[in-house]
Amino acid sequence: MSLMQKFLAPAFVLLSALPLRAEIAIQEVTSPGGLTAWLVEEHSIPFAALELRFEGGSALDAPGKRGATNLMTGLLEEGSGSGDTALDSQAFARAVEGLAASFEYDSYSDSLSISARFLSENRDEALALLRQSIAQPTFPEDAVERVKGQVLSIIRSDAKDPQDIASLGFAGLAYGDHPYATALEGTEESVSALTRDDMIEAWRNVLVKDRLSIAVVGDITPEELGPMLDRLLGDLPEGGAPLPGPVDLELTGGVTILPFDTPQAQVIWGQEGLGMEDPDFFAAYILNTIIGGSGFESRLMQEVREKRGLTYGVYSWLADRDFADVWMGAVASDNRRVAETIQVVREEWTRVAEEGVTAEELEQAKKYLTGAYPLRFDGNGPIAGILVGMQHDDFPIDYPATRNDKVNAVTLDEINRVARERLHPEDLRFVVVGQPEGLEEVN
Amino acid sequence: MLRSFAAGALTLALTLSCLATRTAAQGATDQVTDFTLDNGMQVVVVEDHRAPVVVHMVWYRAGAADEEPGVSGIAHFLEHLMFKATDNMASGELSATVAANGGTDNAFTSQDQTAYHQRVAADRLELMMRMEADRMQNLALTEDDIATERDVILEERSQRTDSQPGALFNEQMRATQYLNHPYGIPVIGWRHEMEQLGLAEANAWYDRYYAPNNAILIVAGDVEPEQVKILAETYYGVIPPNLDLPDERIRPAEPPQIAERRVVFRDARVAQPYVNRTYLAPERDAGAQREAAALVMLAQLLGGGTTSYLYEHLVLEQEAAVYAAAYYSPTSLDDSTFGVYIVPKPGTDLEQAEADLDAAIAGFLEEGIDEEALERIRMQIRAQDIYERDDVASMGRMYGRALTSGLTIQDVQDWPQILQEVTPEEIMQAAREVLDRSQAVTGWLMPDPAPAAADETAGEVSQ
Repeated sequence: MSLMQKFLAPAFVLLSALPLRAEIAIQEVTSPGGLTAWLVEEHSIPFAALELRFEGGSALDAPGKRGATNLMTGLLEEGSGSGDTALDSQAFARAVEGLAASFEYDSYSDSLSISARFLSENRDEALALLRQSIAQPTFPEDAVERVKGQVLSIIRSDAKDPQDIASLGFAGLAYGDHPYATALEGTEESVSALTRDDMIEAWRNVLVKDRLSIAVVGDITPEELGPMLDRLLGDLPEGGAPLPGPVDLELTGGVTILPFDTPQAQVIWGQEGLGMEDPDFFAAYILNTIIGGSGFESRLMQEVREKRGLTYGVYSWLADRDFADVWMGAVASDNRRVAETIQVVREEWTRVAEEGVTAEELEQAKKYLTGAYPLRFDGNGPIAGILVGMQHDDFPIDYPATRNDKVNAVTLDEINRVARERLHPEDLRFVVVGQPEGLEEVN
Repeated sequence: MLRSFAAGALTLALTLSCLATRTAAQGATDQVTDFTLDNGMQVVVVEDHRAPVVVHMVWYRAGAADEEPGVSGIAHFLEHLMFKATDNMASGELSATVAANGGTDNAFTSQDQTAYHQRVAADRLELMMRMEADRMQNLALTEDDIATERDVILEERSQRTDSQPGALFNEQMRATQYLNHPYGIPVIGWRHEMEQLGLAEANAWYDRYYAPNNAILIVAGDVEPEQVKILAETYYGVIPPNLDLPDERIRPAEPPQIAERRVVFRDARVAQPYVNRTYLAPERDAGAQREAAALVMLAQLLGGGTTSYLYEHLVLEQEAAVYAAAYYSPTSLDDSTFGVYIVPKPGTDLEQAEADLDAAIAGFLEEGIDEEALERIRMQIRAQDIYERDDVASMGRMYGRALTSGLTIQDVQDWPQILQEVTPEEIMQAAREVLDRSQAVTGWLMPDPAPAAADETAGEVSQ
């Protein structure tokens, strides 16, 4: 009997008294104008969360215009409308504050995302504001220059941040001439050269109806939602810039050292990965949870932190982007001990590839993943975020009901076959930023 | 008003010390119930029945500022060590059990508190209480734990402080701001003292502060208060209180601050120089929160986002800065700070940036308050009462932080109304009192100077 079993023996006396509730009921709503949204009605709190996601995002930057989508995204709230409704940056911000609404505009490597929340009591006014920032941005010259200055400040700071240097160093090695190879903020040169016309072009390239996923969670009915969507998004054009093709990964095994004066070395590593469309994805996803998923239980966390005290944190993840799949990891360790840290990571990667994982590890990981999944659906904003992500990834609307079955269906033979076939210790590329001792570059 | 308990045996549990009260106030506080166990452990329940999820937290009234001189970092070190073995659990077993139940867990340490939290399915609450109560009393540390985990916290310091010039700069600013109070010592600890932390120091800290009469249980999510009460009495209620716990948390107080101080921090890794200034400022006190409320409104009006006075004047009108803002943390056991900063445009030196910042502050003090701006902020605070009902874990954290910072449940529930009521006169009065350079530290964060000047000013801290 393990310590824990002994400890638990008299437990759960009161458990049956605790209620278990909540099933997520997702409705598909199609507006009179033909827009489709996923809706979860939740009328107990008088507000709603809205998520919009435009596929493509910063990957649609035109050649030589890296950073255009990111800068354009930052300018949507900096001037919009015409005639009586024209609002500059300040007037827009004051109007949003006065309604106690909040709108967030973000660019990512594969998408442009808009997250809004607004009170039921002034929903129409809030959405009218949101609409004009999306459909009628004016990109005033002074705002372009001001936000450009803020982006340049971020670019200069990232250039001296070891984590950013490591990420970009890795991306440069992996992604060739694809937009993924460079920071979505762009470079000092590319951003400095961007013009107002580039903003208009980026807006026209990215904010289009046929690349849009919509999710709404909160105090709104399907009958209200349809016309609301048409008012909000009906004016957007169809058809944006062509999406880039898949990446031809250029990763090779080895160690790259980027010298930087810092006491602790930052390490990013990776090899070819696999995406959600791959039949082995769920096995790989569970396998990654065992190797380096979040929390203290992973093999890497146990070997690198708990047993040896080599780091504060070590993680691996499947970076399943729209046009490239890489199996990645990251750790930070003292310059004097980073060589040992990398050695331990490599050994663990090799051990799992050669010996696989145990039935007990698989069981534990399944229990964690299936138990954690329903806990994600917590709060209007988080649920809207999950729903829009499911649409972006072309998941069916009943996916939340079937997802845990897919995790549970993975067998030990299957996961260990995937470990054998998909983990390639000899192909791991480590990028190290710092002044590592006793570590050689290997190309 | 009294929370109506279920009939039957439960009514026997009603004693004066464990009366559960539910406020009659409108809005988010409707979801809150609180009571105290016989051993002095305070309990707050925040209900949200929309999803079968619960956040379970135990907050201790013990933070880095309660450390004895010479052992900086021990509060945080012990927080790490709380995940090691107890008499009943193996090292790491608590986290492994949480994970095996689909949950997540972690902990954090601040100047005034240490907190442990898990997020799990609501029907696992009892398991969380069983394990958390166990490590409140049965931690069994070994020398091996100390040696390995001390390396981990040193790596944590490297990652979160030594690798970030902005964090090192803040550390120097705080050390300069507090002449006598331990808020001047970083929570993570000074490296040379962290390297010496041992088993005896860890156990002394644990024995002194980890007791139910020094702890607050917060449960937020899909639970009923009466069920939480039964479980809390079963697991936490049986732990004896520490009768040697100090009655009050009295730290060395600040002397009157009568001299302006300056910090110039140079680091080759700085790409974006800026000027930061912190003024010593009062915090929320039990039953006396109006001045802190005025400072919250001041921080918003002066530097809370793109419609604030500093942003409008420095970034938009004068085009002197990339960004400018103000900040203030009202919830603190002892004196807090009110801060302002300006990130100048390339080509503007920090001396000019500081002058621009001071001119803008002087302009604000002269012009007074824009009533429309104040009304917008009030509207946002009212709306917060609606939005926060969507995130009960955050509400739970708000209670935990306040109750470990010398405030009461009543203070927490009065706070939104006090924020609404604060007048422009009170805000200006607070501004004139706090924005006083004789109790401020002004810091310049700069890239390395030209090599010739490097020796004179590197890492300079001047008073």
